[in-house]
Amino acid sequence: MSTIWFMIVAVMVAIYVVLDGFDLGAGAVHLFIAKDDAERRTVIRAIGPVWDGNEVWLLAAGGTLYFAFPQLYASGFSGFYLPLMMVLWLLMLRAIGIEFRAHVQEQVWRGFFDTIFGVSSILLAIFFGAALGNVVRGVPLNPDGYFFEPLWTNWRVGAQNGVLDWYTVMCGVVALVTLVVHGSLYLATKTEGPLNYRARKVASWFWPVQVLLTIFSLIATVYAVPHILENYTRWPIGFLLPALVIGSLVYMYFAHSRRQEKGAFLASCAYIIAMLVGAVFALYPNVLPASTGAQYNLTIYNSAAGVHGLSVGFVWWSIGMILAAVYFIFVYRMFRGKVRLEEGSEHGY
Amino acid sequence: MDSALLIHRLQFAFTVTYHYLFPQLTMGLAPLIVILKTIALKTGDERYDQAARFWAKIFGINFVIGVVTGIPMEFQFGTNWSHFSRFAGGVIGQTLAMEGCFAFFLESTFLGLFLYGEKRLSKGLHWFSALMVFLGSWMSGYFIVATDAWMQHPVGYQRVADGSVQLTSFWQLVLNPWAWWQYAHNMSGAVITGAFVMAAVGAFYLLSEKHIEQGHIFVRVGVIAALFVSLVQIVPTGDAQGRMLARNQPVTLAAMEALWDTQPGAPLVILGQPDMNAQKIDNPIVIPKMLSFLTWQSWGAEVKGLNSVAKQDWPENIPLLYYTYHIMVGLGTIFIAVTAVATFLLWRRKLYGARWMLWILLLSFPFPYIANTAGWMTAEFGRQPWLIYGVLRTVDGYSKMVSAGNAWFSFLGFLGMYTVLSVLFLFLVRREIEHGPEPIVPPQLREQIDAARLNPLEVR
Repeated sequence: MSTIWFMIVAVMVAIYVVLDGFDLGAGAVHLFIAKDDAERRTVIRAIGPVWDGNEVWLLAAGGTLYFAFPQLYASGFSGFYLPLMMVLWLLMLRAIGIEFRAHVQEQVWRGFFDTIFGVSSILLAIFFGAALGNVVRGVPLNPDGYFFEPLWTNWRVGAQNGVLDWYTVMCGVVALVTLVVHGSLYLATKTEGPLNYRARKVASWFWPVQVLLTIFSLIATVYAVPHILENYTRWPIGFLLPALVIGSLVYMYFAHSRRQEKGAFLASCAYIIAMLVGAVFALYPNVLPASTGAQYNLTIYNSAAGVHGLSVGFVWWSIGMILAAVYFIFVYRMFRGKVRLEEGSEHGY
Repeated sequence: MDSALLIHRLQFAFTVTYHYLFPQLTMGLAPLIVILKTIALKTGDERYDQAARFWAKIFGINFVIGVVTGIPMEFQFGTNWSHFSRFAGGVIGQTLAMEGCFAFFLESTFLGLFLYGEKRLSKGLHWFSALMVFLGSWMSGYFIVATDAWMQHPVGYQRVADGSVQLTSFWQLVLNPWAWWQYAHNMSGAVITGAFVMAAVGAFYLLSEKHIEQGHIFVRVGVIAALFVSLVQIVPTGDAQGRMLARNQPVTLAAMEALWDTQPGAPLVILGQPDMNAQKIDNPIVIPKMLSFLTWQSWGAEVKGLNSVAKQDWPENIPLLYYTYHIMVGLGTIFIAVTAVATFLLWRRKLYGARWMLWILLLSFPFPYIANTAGWMTAEFGRQPWLIYGVLRTVDGYSKMVSAGNAWFSFLGFLGMYTVLSVLFLFLVRREIEHGPEPIVPPQLREQIDAARLNPLEVR
């Protein structure tokens, strides 16, 4: 049962990253590709009706993590106290950046909120990448199963970790570049004209960077966390995941150069899922490895909730997800197609 | 008290109190918006659609702040209260995760449709999305209240070997009898806020002689709804909660009433300042035997006093608890008086011209916020010194690894961030109220206005 919940949480996190990833990415690039107010409104409107729903996946994944692995939630959230508080503030800034810009038609007001939206999106992408880097690298868990990381210590991967070291910063950069490409490809599917052209241009520029960083990050991970390949050697089928990473990058390139906007965006989704599942596959059955010694690792066995809770949870969770899927398909169909500003001001953005 | 514990408590108290200023309005407005939409749908009266559209805007601004200040609540269970989370996450994680999976998805989806889809949806479907927003926000409220109810009155769990608690009965958790009354009380409290705010905006329009027709609708719907929920707030929901307290948390009730000694025929204290050292109330005004009657339906019944238990099991801040409780009840009584008079005037068709009453309605709107806040403070102070009543003490629940210095860092950060949010909120709401409901325009003219809006600079 705890293995099933391990996979469920992983899938929910992956869904969150794919969905909120494109609006984070769109936020990260919109200052550079959208030149005037009309273009910026187009960007906001491309994500406006869905970004809030996308962010609900973060809450749903967080809640699911809480009830399935309370020990992990307690330990991880208190240990990453400082970065999580900053994530909260950034999420607030980003939300008001999106939602409040349209209320006043003043250039100063809108420029201010556009900048807030852009900067908070960029920082969030980096923070989320660094968070994943921390989980892969391991944290200094004590015998009680708790830890606390300062923001940085000596920037080295060792037992006395800070949240930021060279490895986790690199993960943050990988995440930023990935989401820049992801967001640009999404915007390309939702826009036309010069905006569409610039979005595709950004994706073209960053694609080679993404390829180089992917290769570099895989090598760096094996160097920084040598035992990371254990699961792969035990179950060689796992090597399909890096193959999928490479395959999706290649497909992204061809689809993009042939202007198959949807195909390129879907390839980016596949890339993100494969990268995340690859990391999760390597971790199993650990959920939070200890840099202080493998005996302190938090695993699915020592951090899961009781059997009864996990079993009834599975029933209502399945019902909830079916409902959520129905809503999502409905909303994305309602707001499908390219964004055209002249379709009236009912959107409010 | 350990200083880190104090900062963790202050931060949670501050963030949750601030947060709840917004959902109480959205949860309160949601059913009122459904009422407006229903009238519009039944009668085809465009003015009610217009009113619903105006309140949807206010709802939208509040919703955004409610969401962004709500995320820290879920996070803080892990970041600041990790020992509590590790101890009880297997139980309360259920209700919190259900809120995400059932309520949030529903609410966010249909709110998007409701706010931005009026032109794309048929009238019936738009009404339906308003209904779903109402359902989603009220479901969300239930899961949160059920979580708190479990902390007040833990059921359906057992202790396991590693010292934590695990769920043994899902239905006992979800159908906790404590949760039903607390929920009913809480939701009618939210509607009091929504209805008073609606009536206040209406009164403002009537007093300043603009948007008169909409002002009439706001005052009428607001006043009638406010009278109904103000009554429900006292009987049966408040009354039932009092009896539940007397049976399950007698010390809490004793502290709320500042009742030191166990006695038959206990009085109900209306006014007076508790003196903790002398164990008496200064200049008291009391109704003799009333407390016994209200809690046990018998004038002579014995009510337990504080001295019936050891001091270490008393709530820590009894005077504050006493005051928050009395403020809540006092305001609740005033709400009934105000709305009863206003409804009477409405019935006699004199309300819209009675400027003194409109002034009272206008100036009343902050008080439901205070009453709701005081009510929650009563519930949470009253539970002390327990985090989970009778099971886990507050002092054992916080994150021991997060030092006072780090907790101050985030607490000050929240203070600053919420100051910014408050300024923006007040600015935007003031603009919406000043702007007022959109006038009803024929479709052709509407297109011209839309076209003009696309090029605001040209219009100027």
